[in-house]
Formats: sequence, structure tokens, C-alpha cells
Amino acid sequence: MNKKQKTNRLRIIITAVLLIGLYIVFKSGLILPEDFLNPWLERAVFIVPYIIIAYDILIKSVKGILKGQLLDENFLMGVASIGAFVLGECVEGVAVVLFYQIGELFESYAVGKSRKNITELMDITEDVCFVVEGDDVVKTDSDEVEIGTIIEVKPGDKIPLDGVVVEGGSVIDTSALTGESKPRDITTGDEVLSGSINVTSVIRIKTTAEFEESTASKILDMVSSAGMRKSRSENFISKFAHYYTPIVCGLAVVIAIVVPLVSGLLLGHDYNFAVWVYRALTFLVISCPCALVISVPLSFFAGIGSASAKGVLIKGSNYIEMLSKVDAVYFDKTGTLTKGEFKVTNVYSVTEDINVDLTLDNSDSAQYGSAVRELYKYAASAEYYTNHPIGISMINSYINMENANAKSDELTDAKKDEYLIKPSHVDQIGGKGIIAKVADKEVAVGNDLLMEELINGDFKKATEVGTVVYVSIDNTFAGYIVVNDQIKEGSFEAISELYKVGIKDVGMFTGDEEPIARDIAAKLGLNKIKAKLLPIDKVKALEDEINAGHKVSFIGDGINDAPVIMRSDVGIAMGALGSDAAIEASDIVIMDDDPRKVSLTVRIAKKCMRIVYENIYFSIGIKVLVLLLSLFGLASMWMAIFADVGVMILAVLNAIRCLRIK
Amino acid sequence: MKKTYKIEVDCANCANKMEEATKKTEGVKDAVVNYMTLKMKVEFEDGADVDTVMNNVRNNCKKIEDDFEIYL
Repeated sequence: MNKKQKTNRLRIIITAVLLIGLYIVFKSGLILPEDFLNPWLERAVFIVPYIIIAYDILIKSVKGILKGQLLDENFLMGVASIGAFVLGECVEGVAVVLFYQIGELFESYAVGKSRKNITELMDITEDVCFVVEGDDVVKTDSDEVEIGTIIEVKPGDKIPLDGVVVEGGSVIDTSALTGESKPRDITTGDEVLSGSINVTSVIRIKTTAEFEESTASKILDMVSSAGMRKSRSENFISKFAHYYTPIVCGLAVVIAIVVPLVSGLLLGHDYNFAVWVYRALTFLVISCPCALVISVPLSFFAGIGSASAKGVLIKGSNYIEMLSKVDAVYFDKTGTLTKGEFKVTNVYSVTEDINVDLTLDNSDSAQYGSAVRELYKYAASAEYYTNHPIGISMINSYINMENANAKSDELTDAKKDEYLIKPSHVDQIGGKGIIAKVADKEVAVGNDLLMEELINGDFKKATEVGTVVYVSIDNTFAGYIVVNDQIKEGSFEAISELYKVGIKDVGMFTGDEEPIARDIAAKLGLNKIKAKLLPIDKVKALEDEINAGHKVSFIGDGINDAPVIMRSDVGIAMGALGSDAAIEASDIVIMDDDPRKVSLTVRIAKKCMRIVYENIYFSIGIKVLVLLLSLFGLASMWMAIFADVGVMILAVLNAIRCLRIK
Repeated sequence: MKKTYKIEVDCANCANKMEEATKKTEGVKDAVVNYMTLKMKVEFEDGADVDTVMNNVRNNCKKIEDDFEIYL
């Protein structure tokens, strides 16, 4: 609590004690008879706690009047409480202001607290850094460090600026950026991003960005300006608040003056001003729209905060609102649902006529026939010089098959020489494959077109799904190798979860061949796929869905898919850590590449919107109800206080639930 | 041109009123007040003098709520 909050708390406590004490002594009839004080003395006694609790409101409302601000809440509370005193309802007069102050205190405390919580979650920048100057290390403000400076980061410290490691090796933890604590090994030459934490040992980094331009600052800036893009609910609330207070106050005036006059003059009833003025004052107490005005943005803010703690950046509360209405979600394939890492899944050899299914995890090479191994070796050797991902995957898979221990290591020339035969000559046949001289044999690896050309189509077509690499040795068909992209861990869960949260269509747009797309769709449970799409076709496919009346979200890797991401109702970029283009194009950014974050984000959006609507309906509902009741004299000022302060407290507590979405 | 300022404001409804007052100030094209992050983003008209405009914004906002503050 800050100083102001503490003073107010003290005032509230003193007033509450005084009010209860005075009530027991003078009004309850327990100690003194109820009519011990005459009305004037009663006012004089209760004015003491009133002044303690209400002096700032009274000062502010006088100031407000002088500046022509009639309808601010201080003025309204002032009028309501003074009115109650005039009517002789002193206890209620003090209570109105007392509870109003409790509400204000609670509001500023709760909001301050969640503001602090959320900013702590997002506190990923490091203000100080240690610049290396000769033999010394000098402590400097991060925002004064120029590009190309060498800085030192100790274990346990946050990396303050983006850079490249120039000395030392360590393990870094990027969980503050991605929400996922997967430690990463780094060594000289590796790029590191600000906001990660250096875990094991001292490293020196040559900076590649200034503080303002570094990853951590950009992310922080994006999240903290998220509230600037207001949702329709927030705009509705501002508009509502704008009209609500004047209307309720106008009604109060009508009730206080017009109603008794009319009923007195036209209907001949008594001019019972006191009754109607009491009802009008009740209106004034309810006239503040606080509950709504605070709880709605707070819900969104908490939702955005809890998402960012999990490595999902939402650029504005309007996107939460839109995402909650999305009924169709389309994924890009490579890099989004699949790893974009190819692996050999089948090897077929003519001589042995067996087909080895490598998707089964059996890395013991002894069980593969020697013919399969030989075919595989020749094919992999032919790809010796390749840069193509499929060729590299063939080499990797071959080495892994021969030696499972080699798995995690990187592909080096030494390793290639150990397992492969270096070809003496290689010809690239554009768009078809490679013909290489391997150990005096002419090995051709490539697609069906290459086989048509070399051996006149005298080969067995593969039935397996995937990218098929046919192999011929000395112009005789030898077999084929099937390579497949690997489905990401979590893709399946992500998709079934999306159906569970109420998304009707979960599909995929891909540039790949139809059978490959179908195969993946079947494995993951996608219900709509469109294959063989060029980037421009993806935009068209997406527009078709939008024109069919769907609210569509598209998830891609953000670089190739930027146009589709931008065109969709809610564009989500995945694996965006360190990619400005992706962050720029999308509405929601998933920092790492875990597809489960997509369903998590949808869940956060839906929950957040439900809480927003609960708050809107609940607050407006209770207020309107109490307004009606008090119009017919059925509600006391106590009920009005509940409708004002109680509802606000409940709405704020409800809003804070957005922080705890798992 | 757009600029972001740190602000201090006590209640959410006041923040809305500040936003309106700022929008109405001459030289301001658009403005957003974010109560949750206590920040205010102001977009200025072309050729507007930022310092004068912001002084006017501060005065206009103070008229509505005395506790309001902009850190220029």
C-alpha cells in the first residue's frame, strides 16, 4: 500500500469505529433511549465521522463545481450524503461515503496489486550491464551501450542486450521469453537474445542491438501497449459510462422534484418531498459506473498478462475479443504442425524385396538386411555434398541407423567420411535429382521423372506416403527411400483441444502434395485441408472461408505466411522469437513453436470474454434492478451502497480470475 | 507523430474522461489512455508543437481531476 492508501485506510477504520460506537450509544436503544438526541443534535454528533471520511470528497466537489464539472462522482457522493443528513438519515449519510471510500481503496489496491503482478511477469529487461574495457568490467546503464560493445554476463544474470557470444560457453534459459523452460547450450558464435537468463558460466557477448531495439524491450513495449487497442466491449463501457451517469442524475432530479409536484398538484396527494428526495438520493449513490469501468479493462489486462507469462503475446484486447468468436482455425503445415525436419521413414530394396519401416523406433542396424543397408549407404553417399533438407535427412538417418549413439550430434565432414563413401563425381539434374559416382558405381537418386529418364520407367512405384527418393545403381532400379516431415510433439493435443473448446473447423493450408496433407490430417484429426497451395492461393483459400461467414484464425510461421496471417481475422505467428517480420505481421505472437499454445490462447480468450460479459451483465443488471426497486420505494440507501461498492468489489475479484487461467 | 507518456490517475472512469479531454485538445489527432499500464498515447496533428499541446492537455485534464498528472 502506498502512503495515500494507508491514510485512507486509517480514515476508514476511525470512521467505522466511530460510526458503530455512536450508533450503539445513540440509535440502537441499548444504552440511551432512541430519541435521546433531538434531530439537530443527532446531526451535530454524526457530522464528526462524516467530516473525517468525507472531507476530501467535499473539497474535490467544490473544486469540480468551480471548474464546471457537475457530474463527477465526488459531487454526486457529496450531494447524496449531505441530502441524507438533511433528511435526518445521518447514519446512512456517513455510511454512503464510508463504503464509497472502502470501494475506492479496494479498487486502487486491487488494481495496483495486479498491475504490479503483471508488470513483474513482464519484467524481462535488464537496466544495468557490465561492459568489458580492457581488463576491467564497468557497470553501465543498458540504454547507453552502443552496438558492437563487448559485455560480460555472469551466471544467474539476465542477458541485457541482444548479441553474439564471443567468449565462453554456457546454458541459457529462455523461459521469460517463451514461457517454456528448455535450457539451451550456447557457445562462441551463437546468437543470444536479451531477456534470457545465463545459467551456468560467465560469457562475453558482442552486442548487436541497442537497448530500445533489443528483443526484451520490444516485447515489453508490445505487451504494455496492448491495452491501447481497445476492444468493442471496452468502447461500449466508455460510451455507457458517458451516458449512464447523466441519465441517472437526470432521473434523480425528476424523481425529487417533478414526481411529488405532479402527484401533489394533479392527484391531490400530499407533497411528500422527503420520501421522493430519499429515493432520488438513492439514485445518485448508484449513478457511478465504477464497477464496469474498472472491471472490463482489468479483465483484458489480466488475460493479456497471463498469456504473456506463458510466452504468448497478444497485441490488443480487441484480439482477445475476436479470437473468442473464431469458429475456424487453419494451420500452416511445415514448421507449425510439423517440425520441418525430414526423416527417413521407409527403405525398400529390390534385391531383398523387403520394406523396412523406420518409423518404428528400432535403431539396431543388425536387423536390417544387408541389401537395405547397402542401398541406403549408396544413396546417402550420393547426397554427400547436398544442402537440400531431404538429402541431409537421408544422411542423418543413415548414420543414426548405423550408430544410434551418433544421434544428437551435428553432421560434420569427419562424420560423413566415417560412414559414407565420398563420391568422385556428382551431377545435379535440375528438378529431378543427382547422379553420382560412388565407389565406381553410377548411383542415381531422385524422383520418378529421373527414373523415367534413366531406366525407362522400369521401377516399382512407392505406396507409402511422403517424399519418395528412387535409387538406381548402374542404371538398374535398386529401391527407394521415403522421407517424411515429422509431426511436432503436441500437435495432436492442440487440435483435439481446439475442438473441445468449440472450434468447428480445424484445418490446414499447405503447399505440399495432397497425399502428404491427407496423411497428416488423418493422424492429427484435421477436418479440412487444402493442399498444393502457393502462398497466394492460401490467401484465396482463407478469403473463401471468411466469405462463407466464418471467423477465421490462421497460424503460420510468420515469415512465409505473412500475407495470410495479415488477411485472417486473428493472425497468429508461431516460433517468432527473434523474428521481427513475424511479430509485425501478426495479431498474436507465440514465442516458441509449441502448437499447444494455440489452444491455450483460444482458451484464455474465451475465458476472458466470459468474465467480461459476466461483469457487464451482472453490474448493469444489479444497478438497473436497484434503480427500479428504489423508484418504488423498495430499496434503501443500504442496498444502493451494495449496488455501487459491493458490485464493484465482486466485479474486480471476478476480473482478477483472468490471471489464473491454466 | 505519436508519443507515449507516463501518467497518474486514480480511477478508471477518470481515465476515460481524460481520454476525451485530451482528444478535444487542439493539436491532438487521437489519444488513448490506458488505465491499467498508466500510460497515455497521443497522436499529434501535423505541425503541432508538442510541448504546447501537451501543456494544454495537462491543463484540460487537471480541470476534470486534480489528482491527474502527466510526466512530460
